[in-house]
Amino acid sequence: MSSAPAGRPVERKEVDRVTIRFAGDSGDGMQLVGTQFTNASAVLGNDVSTLPDYPAEIRAPQGSLPGVSAFQLSFASEDIFTPGDQPDVLVAMNPAALKVNLPDLPHGATIIVNDDEFNATNLRKAGYDKNPLDDDGLSGYRVHRVPITSANARALADSGLTANEIDRCKNFFALGLMFWLYDRPLEATLRTIEEKFEGKPQVREANKTTLKAGHAFAETAEMFPASFRVPPARLEPGMYRNITGNAATALGFVAASQLCGRPLFYGSYPITPASEILQDLARYKNFGVRTFQAEDEIAGIGTAIGAAYGGALGLTGTSGPGLALKGEAIGLAVMTELPLVIVNVQRAGPSTGLPTKTEQSDLLQAMFGRNGESPVAVVAPCSPGDCFHMAIEAARIAIRHMTPVIYLSDGYLGNGSEPWRIPDLESLPRFPVEFPTDPATFKPYARDEKTLARPWGIPGTPGLEHRLGGLEKANVTGMVCYDAANHDLMVKLRAEKVARIAADIPEQPVFGPSEGDVLVISWGGTYGAVRTAVQSAQRDGFRVAHAHVRYIHPMPANLGEVVKRYRRVLVPELNLGQLLFLLRARYLVDAIGLNKVAGQPFRSLEVYEKIAELCRPNN
Amino acid sequence: MAAPALTRKDFASAQEVRWCPGCGDYSILAQVQKVLPDLGIPKENIVFISGIGCSSRFPYYMETYGFHSIHGRAPTLASGLKASRPELSIWVITGDGDGLSIGGNHLLHVMRRNIDLTIVLFNNQIYGLTKGQYSPTSEFGKKTKTSPLGNIDFPIRPLSVALAAEASFVARSVDADVKHMQQVLERAARHKGTSFVEVYQNCVIFNDGAFDGFATKEQRPEHTVQLVHGKPLVFGAKRDKGIRLNGFTPEVVTLGNGITESDLLVHNEALHDPTLGMLLDRMTHPDFPVPVGVFRAVERPTYEDMMTDQIQRAVERRGAGELGQLFREGDVWEVKAKDANRVP
Repeated sequence: MSSAPAGRPVERKEVDRVTIRFAGDSGDGMQLVGTQFTNASAVLGNDVSTLPDYPAEIRAPQGSLPGVSAFQLSFASEDIFTPGDQPDVLVAMNPAALKVNLPDLPHGATIIVNDDEFNATNLRKAGYDKNPLDDDGLSGYRVHRVPITSANARALADSGLTANEIDRCKNFFALGLMFWLYDRPLEATLRTIEEKFEGKPQVREANKTTLKAGHAFAETAEMFPASFRVPPARLEPGMYRNITGNAATALGFVAASQLCGRPLFYGSYPITPASEILQDLARYKNFGVRTFQAEDEIAGIGTAIGAAYGGALGLTGTSGPGLALKGEAIGLAVMTELPLVIVNVQRAGPSTGLPTKTEQSDLLQAMFGRNGESPVAVVAPCSPGDCFHMAIEAARIAIRHMTPVIYLSDGYLGNGSEPWRIPDLESLPRFPVEFPTDPATFKPYARDEKTLARPWGIPGTPGLEHRLGGLEKANVTGMVCYDAANHDLMVKLRAEKVARIAADIPEQPVFGPSEGDVLVISWGGTYGAVRTAVQSAQRDGFRVAHAHVRYIHPMPANLGEVVKRYRRVLVPELNLGQLLFLLRARYLVDAIGLNKVAGQPFRSLEVYEKIAELCRPNN
Repeated sequence: MAAPALTRKDFASAQEVRWCPGCGDYSILAQVQKVLPDLGIPKENIVFISGIGCSSRFPYYMETYGFHSIHGRAPTLASGLKASRPELSIWVITGDGDGLSIGGNHLLHVMRRNIDLTIVLFNNQIYGLTKGQYSPTSEFGKKTKTSPLGNIDFPIRPLSVALAAEASFVARSVDADVKHMQQVLERAARHKGTSFVEVYQNCVIFNDGAFDGFATKEQRPEHTVQLVHGKPLVFGAKRDKGIRLNGFTPEVVTLGNGITESDLLVHNEALHDPTLGMLLDRMTHPDFPVPVGVFRAVERPTYEDMMTDQIQRAVERRGAGELGQLFREGDVWEVKAKDANRVP
């Protein structure tokens, strides 16, 4: 359905999967149109996967190379796990966007450029000596030159907006163009424009007009020989919505709060790319959610510990450098054996690193980044939708085992999105809390026989008055205790308590043959790229299997046995080999790493090539 | 049947108190234990939270709920606990190093948020537990283990910090004046909002006698001035001296020779503008008597009340949160039975 005028009939080609990258200046609204295209595709029933990629600066100089902002999405009629290795189509809003993104394009890709912006000034800013559209440097691509800026300006000549305001609408013209080319409906986006610009009728009408104008332009300009259609994917039946990892994380914790019957408290300090979790939770006040925007990272976790001490589901969230600051307080939560979830949406480090780029290099910090023997549970979601489930798991483990749990998401998961099957509430695990109330039997450091968890005695309970703190406590009584044998015992008990979580988590599933040449072990946000690579390798006849570890500490009980069934073990990671280090130490397995630390996710091809190499008989 | 009234003994824990003999901390512990029964708060609803330092062992000695946390961070734990459990009565016990050095940031923010906590800062102007290094309140030029040639850090004024952060209750007392301390602590505990009490506390080992010039029973009449709301600032064993304002500058005057109480500065703890409190805190011994008592006591909405109020209003407006509905926010679509939606 479109409101565009009827044009000549065009050929409509059916394809299984398309990957598009929108790229422009960081002020051009590329993230917005990327999201809109994603939603339109998701609503059509395609499987989708996205990769927003934007600069850390709010506004780098206009038209400059560092100012390029991009949004890549893949949509398909099949189940997909990644936003695509290489774009089939690049929409470049200016020369800088073309220059930055061209190296990622495969031969034969389609490039749609905003021709108007390829002027002398912008070419100079992008470091071009001459216009690349005019020579044969792009001869390997299908280039379409569309005067987006001027066509948008013509469409909005009567809008009553200023020239600047009109120019800011051109992203929707480009979106309209792409909607036509890939046969997407305009309705959802028109609705979004209505909501987004509710208070600005002129801007609202202008954006709607130019979206339709872009659509009509594509239809009438006879520029494209064909339009494309990607049929709906075969997804599990159910209700779906498109969701980012950060949004799913927030929803997961709200759900966890209801599943355990405890109010949610989130103490956090804004930091990229974790801030959306705080922003989302702040909107859920009618769920009894208390969000506390703390003065710093330490205060964020301090308030969460205070709330957990009081019986709330206490959470704190941050990104890499913030986790470093929280280290001492995590140790306090370990010592006081309180349930606490620490969310780390990892980004490229060390220090401030690349704030908007993804990496998974905080694993060893999560495992060991504290003084003393200070074990905590570590879990990691594998996809944006999985963030929902692992958030619940993190809360469940924390409460059931009275331990801090570190939840390792990353920028790729947090900002990326995919269709999320809305869960059936009945299917979610319930883990009601029982607070001790009997003064006759209560001992602050008595332990559950099975889990070794201590009781969660909370202030306000008559007769249970006791003191917690960072000083070592005597087992059972909880009195301050400097006794050497007691410290030795408590250190071992705390370690054993965390180790026993293994009995409370699922066994490690393996995708593929139960024995073979190569087992690929991955964790976190690399799931999609690795799974896609393993699938391709299996299709090509390689004897390869995939184990994606979502419970990292402790690891699933059967993992040690699983790794022994394959000739080689490959561990792809966006770090220099952190899970590899743990696996080698734990299972004495001669695993090898595939490591990339570029602030970018793996391409599945990179993983595939390594699998193929290892599967060769002499390897 | 009403529970039997609590006594001071009910608040003493089984843990042996381990401060140095003669430490000022004993007096503060005793006064807190004396004040608590009068407040009428069930013991199980009282929580003491501390950081690190001699003072911060305090919770172990109280038969209430307690949390001995980490360097400087007690205000953050207390904030999270109070925000999620507003019905609890929460005390923060800290020292000059813990509260003003490593935890200075948190102290500032807890006070400006006006979270209903009673903060007692033990000020002995030295690091005790780490054995004798200068603290943020140590006087300029003081020779300590880490300042053998004299301290070149200028000292911080705890009450000025509290007033600048607009703490809604700000007071000072001294360890040796037990009656005064009881009164101040009781008022602080009853105040709704952040109460900040500085107690000059003698460290017998590393800074013995630091406050002897004004804090001992003998020196007190001549070298302290009691702040009483609505009363002029009169002091002296014979009540013959007072504080007068000369422009914005306080000065010591002797009553008589035409100077009467009506010329003196009248204390007003209820001013929302913290300027008067700041001005009083500028009065430094030995040029001035040290002001003790309540500098400021004003009403402001508390953080936890506003938070609770926002939650209640959100529930009234949108109804108690329903997960199924939350999951379906935004564009939602249905995929029917497998394969069925593969449109030809």
